[in-house]
Amino acid sequence: MTKIAEILLGVVVLLGAIIAVISALGLIRLQDVYLRSHAATKSATLGVLFILSGVFLYFWIFQHHFSLKLLLGILFVFLTSPVAGHLNARAAYRSGVALWKGSVKDALKETAQNERREGEQKNR
Amino acid sequence: MKFSNVILQSAAKVLVFIIMIYSIYILFAGHNNPGGGFIGGLITASAFTLLYLAFDVETVRDIIPLDFKIVGAIGVMLALLTGLASVLLGDNFLFQYYEYVNLPLLGKTGLGTAFVFDLGVYMAVVGTTMTIIRSISEDE
Repeated sequence: MTKIAEILLGVVVLLGAIIAVISALGLIRLQDVYLRSHAATKSATLGVLFILSGVFLYFWIFQHHFSLKLLLGILFVFLTSPVAGHLNARAAYRSGVALWKGSVKDALKETAQNERREGEQKNR
Repeated sequence: MKFSNVILQSAAKVLVFIIMIYSIYILFAGHNNPGGGFIGGLITASAFTLLYLAFDVETVRDIIPLDFKIVGAIGVMLALLTGLASVLLGDNFLFQYYEYVNLPLLGKTGLGTAFVFDLGVYMAVVGTTMTIIRSISEDE
């Protein structure tokens, strides 16, 4: 029983580490800010969640210590990381960072231009 | 362009409670585990800063109607008074009393005057940090 748990926990933590490496590769290889933030937000969060839940299960099964702090950490990372990604991408779009040249459609373009025009009129 | 973001605001509404509960846990855990007044005060100040990032200055002032300078002053007074209380009882300055008490809900709990000192440090740190952040951000 403990042998199976050991192997499973090893697989979970290793999977988390591999997903984190994939996310780092995505940061290097992808073309513009938005694609990179897509890679950084999703897979890095999933990797951290895998590693944290592996640690949580390890402490629970082998040390008989139910760590509420780790559960809170899992919940916290799960809640904050997507919001941070959203804010990054939004700030990049609003400060006018261009999309990758291969992208097909920019559905936000008109709204952003109108907003910028309104802002300039207010500043005058 | 006024910055207001629904996603950030609704996330902040949930997250502030988690951060505050964790900071109070850290404050109480300081005696036997990592933690204490200083780090607890910094975590509370970061929760308030998250509110400042998500909402207006006026809104946050309505939510937390505290003058943080006075909070810091009360903290320093608490820390000083725990020192003076042991002098009044005939021991050295800042002598620590520690006793196990049977509380109604929590059972056998260790209560020490060091916690009151820690509470003073906590309030001093929250007051100082929020005063710095407020006075920098309101400058126009």
